[in-house]
Parts: sequence; C-alpha cells; structure tokens
Amino acid sequence: METIKITIDNKVIEVAKGTTILKAAREAEIHIPTLCYLHLHDLNIENKPGGCRVCVVEVQGRRNLAPACVTECTDGMVINTHNIRVLNARKTVLELILSDHPTDCLICAKNGNCELQTMAQEFGIRELHYEGEQSTYREDTSPAIIRDVDKCIMCRRCEMMCNDVQTVGALSAVNRGFMSVVAPAFEMNLDHSVCTYCGQCVAVCPTGALTEVDHTNAIIRALADPTKTVVVQTAPAVRAALGEEFGMEPGTLVTGKLVAALRRLGFNYVFDTDFAADLTIMEEGTELLDRLTRHLNGEKDVPLPILTSCCPGWVNFFEHQFPDMMDIPSTARSPQQMFGAIAKTYFANKIDVKREDMVVVSIMPCLAKKYECTREEFSTDGNPDVDFSISTRELAHLIKQANINFNALPDEEFDNPLGESTGAAVIFGTTGGVIEAAVRTAYELHTGKKLERVDFTELRGMEFIRSATIDFNGLPINIGIAHGLGNARKLLQDIKDGKSEFHAIEIMACPGGCIGGGGQPLHHGDSSILKARQKAIYQEDAGKTIRKSHENPYIVQLYEEFLGKPLSEKSHHLLHTHYFDKSKEIKVVE
Amino acid sequence: MAKIKLSAERLDELKAVCKSFNNEKGELINVLHQAQGIFGYLPAEVQEVIARELHISVAHVYGVVSFYSFFSMLPKGEHPVSICLGTACYVRGAEKVIDEFKKHLKINVGETTPDGKFSLACLRCVGACGLAPVVLVGEKVYGRVSPDGVKDIIEEYTR
Repeated sequence: METIKITIDNKVIEVAKGTTILKAAREAEIHIPTLCYLHLHDLNIENKPGGCRVCVVEVQGRRNLAPACVTECTDGMVINTHNIRVLNARKTVLELILSDHPTDCLICAKNGNCELQTMAQEFGIRELHYEGEQSTYREDTSPAIIRDVDKCIMCRRCEMMCNDVQTVGALSAVNRGFMSVVAPAFEMNLDHSVCTYCGQCVAVCPTGALTEVDHTNAIIRALADPTKTVVVQTAPAVRAALGEEFGMEPGTLVTGKLVAALRRLGFNYVFDTDFAADLTIMEEGTELLDRLTRHLNGEKDVPLPILTSCCPGWVNFFEHQFPDMMDIPSTARSPQQMFGAIAKTYFANKIDVKREDMVVVSIMPCLAKKYECTREEFSTDGNPDVDFSISTRELAHLIKQANINFNALPDEEFDNPLGESTGAAVIFGTTGGVIEAAVRTAYELHTGKKLERVDFTELRGMEFIRSATIDFNGLPINIGIAHGLGNARKLLQDIKDGKSEFHAIEIMACPGGCIGGGGQPLHHGDSSILKARQKAIYQEDAGKTIRKSHENPYIVQLYEEFLGKPLSEKSHHLLHTHYFDKSKEIKVVE
Repeated sequence: MAKIKLSAERLDELKAVCKSFNNEKGELINVLHQAQGIFGYLPAEVQEVIARELHISVAHVYGVVSFYSFFSMLPKGEHPVSICLGTACYVRGAEKVIDEFKKHLKINVGETTPDGKFSLACLRCVGACGLAPVVLVGEKVYGRVSPDGVKDIIEEYTR
C-alpha cells in the first residue's frame, strides 16, 4: 500500500494514499466536527456529500478552507484543524444552518438526542446572528414515521439510506434553493409512496426532521383504565439495546430489568415476543420442510427457495417491488402478529377476558411494526391483534416518565405461558438468527436425530450477503442470508433470473437485523454498537437451557391444547397471512 | 393531483424514447427533455414510466423534474409565452412586461389560461440580449418588448 506523509496540527503522520483529511485526523485522534458525514464502518456504509461544510480545515497553500470529509490528503500536505480562521468559519456555517432551523428544541421529539443541538452546544452558540426566512412545509404523518422537513438540514443521510443501502427509493431531494426538501415522489405523503417503514432514515437523521409516531401516551391511558387487561410483549433485540438509554455499555443485556420495569409500569402480563418467535419457527420450519419434501418428491412448481417473512419492512418491500414473487416468502406471520393472535384468543380464553377488554402492546426495535399492526388482515371485527407497537426508544421514555430507576431494578422473570422462550427465539434479533433457529428445528424434525451442535457459526456475522450449506443427514441444504434491503434485492433478482441455488433465505430489512432496527437507541454513526448488541444476543442464546424452538414446553402445550399441529387449519387462520400487490402499475387505456 | 391515463400508443412512444437512450439512467435529463416534447409537459404518469424504464426511483425522477425550471408538470397552453428574466432583459424592464401579461391573461407565472390557449413562464437568457427584453411565444421571438406592446402580441394569437 502506497503511503504519504502529512502534517496535521503539527503532528507528522503517515497515511494510505487516497485517505481523506477527516479519516487521517481520526487516525491521529484529532476530532473534527461533522454533521452530514456518516460512516457506519462495520457495515461499509458511508455518506459524504460534503454538503454541510462544518468539517472545514485549513490547508497550507490553499486559498479557501477544505471540507475534511471529501478532501484527499496529498504528500507533504500541512493541515490545521482548529486555528481561529477555521473555528470562525465553522461557527458561521453552523449559524447559517441554524438561521432557518426552528428553535423549539424544548418540545422537539429529538430533544437531548439531536446532533445539531449537541453541536450548537459544543460550539457555544448563544445567539443567532442571522435571522433567515423559516420553512413552513406541511408535516407528514404516516402510521410509523413523521416527516417534519422544517427541521431538515439537507445532510442527505436519509436519502443515502433509502436509495443506496435499502434501494427503496422513497425519498429524494426535490425542488431547488430555499424550497428544496427531501420528499417522496410528487411530494406525496409517505403512506402513498413506496416507503417500507424500515425506519433507517429515522435511525440516521441527525435532527428532528424524521421521527417515529409516538404511542406512549396511548399506552399510559390504557394502563390507567381499570377495565382493560394490558398485555405486553417484547422483541429479542430490545433487551440487547435498551440499557444504552440508561447509560449502560452497548451490548449490556437487560432482560431481567426490562421485565421488572414493564411490571412496574403496570402491565398486567409481561410476556415475550420470543415465545412467538419459537412459534414462528414451528410454522415456518414446517413450511420449509413441507416445500422441500414436495420438491424432493419430484413435484414441479414448488416455490423455492422459501424466504422468511418475519420482517415487516421486508414484507412491505416485496409487496411494492416484487409483486410477481409473492408466492415465495413463507406465509407465516411475524412473531409480533403471531403473539397478538394467540394472546387475544388462546390466552384471553384462558384468563376469561373478552377480546375487546384486552390491550396488546409490543415493544419493538422496529418502526415497520407500527404499520404492520394496523394492517386490516391482522384484526378481528375491527379489533387489532396488536393494539400499539412502540419502539425501544419510546419504552425508555416511558420508563423515565414513570420515575423508575431502571439501573437499580432487580432481575425478574417473564410471566407464563407466553413468556417462556428458547435460545433459538432470542437470536431472531440479529441477522442470521431466524434461519439458524429454523435450521435447529428443521434438522431435528427432518432427520429425527438429535443435533450434536446447535451453534451454526457459519450462519453468523455482519457480512451483507452470506451463504452456507448445512448437511441434513446427507441432504445438503443451501442457506442464504441478506440484511439491508439492497442486498435482499440482489438475492431476489437472482431468484427471478433463475440463478438462485438456495433452498431457504433469511431476509432482514435493517442492516444488522433487528439489533440495527429503526426503533433502536440511536447509534449516531457508531456501528460498533451494533456489533456489541449482536454479541449480547448470542450470549443470551448460549445461556439458555433450551435452545431449540420445538422443545419449548409451552409451545408444545399450545399445540396440544389449542392449535393441533403446525400448518393445521387453526394455525393457518391465526398464524399465517397472505400478501398484497402494492406496486403502482401504469394503467393503460385504449 | 388529477390522474391522466396514457394510451397504449403514447406509452409505446415514451418507451421508445427511453430505449433510444439505451434505458441509461444517466440519460434521464435527455429522456425528460424529449418526453416533454411529446406530451408538452411531464405528468406523474409519464415520470413513473420513465422511472421504470430507466430502473430508477420515481422520487429521483421527480427530484430532477422539480429542480429544473424548464420541466413542467402542468400542461402548457397552445401558445406558451416565455419571458426572459436574464440580467439584460431584467434591467430593461422584463418584470413590467410580465406584469402586463399577467394582467391581460389573468394568470400567474407557471399557470395556463382556463381555455388552454396561453401559459406563462419565465426563463433565463435566450442569448439575444441585444433585443432585451425578449419574449417568446412558442418558438417565435419578440424583441424590445415594451409593456404597451403586450396587448398586440396577445391579439396576434386570439384573432
């Protein structure tokens, strides 16, 4: 590798040719502030439009200041990152950004978690020298995401996520000059666009321009209503991230404290979405084996590979973009929806509560789940299976509002029967986890043999597209994994072109899987946080006594008492779904 | 937004334009230019077809259409009136000429008269600064237009 020498703040360092000033500075542990720049190192995702100009530095011999994020170092370059000229320029740049930014920080959803606010604080901004015209664009509220573009600073991070990483194409910069905003096509509302509600735009938005729809008040009301039995379920990825909201190290598992907090908030039953994840494996795993067996028996037209269907962002994606392939994904509902359906039938019956008197709340790392639970097919007589879905961040707010000292809580256990789960369910929270859980069960059901080793490390990791062949007692099963919708698109295109060799593919909309979901505590560009969460998930799995879904005693009991067997008529009715063509075909008239 | 429907024939014509540029996404502006030539404007449906043919998002197409003032999502009039607002025309009173057109046609810039006869638009420098202020009606150029002359220009097309 060719290297060059540069001097940065009087420090002589050697860097690889092609290194940007920003990267060189970070290697030399010199902090240059950034705003539009975003680099998720472990995921190989980078946004550097060079737009905000906050990162300018002085380069000797250059007339104007250089934006550090897009300027490459040259041999012998002498850089000054914090002289008076640089500091004044940065401050002016920030003040200009603030000149048309609302100053209602006190009541902004991003208060305390806003990168622009933090920067204004760091720069010591105490007055605004430039008073500009204020944008007054309409607010756009969808079932999951709120767009308030008056707070947009045009960093283009959301566009990069939506277009380059996810290839969804819902957002673009439109119009020009002061009128320019990031918006869906024809400036329609998000719910009329191809948006999947994956929430990755929200996860990277530095300001309050993109936030989630907040249901915390509705939940407080439900909890205060004595006529309601309020049941809560919590997704696997939440326990690996919630601690961050309370100052804990990323990757701290807070399962016990999470249960304790939910109980103190007043939920009548504290259950686990992991239970429903085990149930998903029973249904999806059986479906996989069913399709495989039929295929091996020479039946033509068996849709293979089977694709997982537990990620609602992914479901929205293929409904919009691949409507001709809707027979390939599993028909199994997501764990959130399976849980809701079982809670409001089997469990409501058990405790003798009427459906309409039960409120099911889900805690999710996800924003697409907010939309998913409003889908008409997941309700009975207008009563939804899951009433409210809130994000990990909203739960943290709820706990703080209720004056609960989270860090001092004791570890408590989930309630039964819908709180028992296996290690296989926990790993649903990370990329590769669902398919590993499915393999653990499908292997034993197919071969009738006991798995010697339940850790399928070949399915783990952070690479965007992974593949492995698992030996099902002489039958090689080809497994594919993709996370991030752009990567899912690649695998789907292969299937479409008849090039796919896979029998089963797991797809997660968000980079990293649910641990990197749009509803998780904000990583502010530090992707090592995702890795820490992933590690925690596998740690929780390893610590479980039961690690295969079909061995969950309450799952066995649920089938005995209620469902019969996987893919039974009752299962189909309660645990499976169908998909809708949401593409916008051009209608031709003669 | 009013929905228009494309006839199969015009849809084919549009697809042929895309194909003539090898369905290259880098040719978006050229494709839009020709599409506007065919349809007179770029309704949402046309943009959707172009997005599909060029394998890019509709949001991206709209981003480009809304960025360039040349592109329009509103149907132009039978006689599109364009007034140059380049520096030379501007200092020689183009704004007064615009006001006069607005008054007579009873529409704003960017609009079309209810009878579909005239539409009003601004553009930047047609390269005939010596004739400033310049007005275009369709492809015909009028130079040294004074506010008083506006009425005569309109009458040419209403007779």
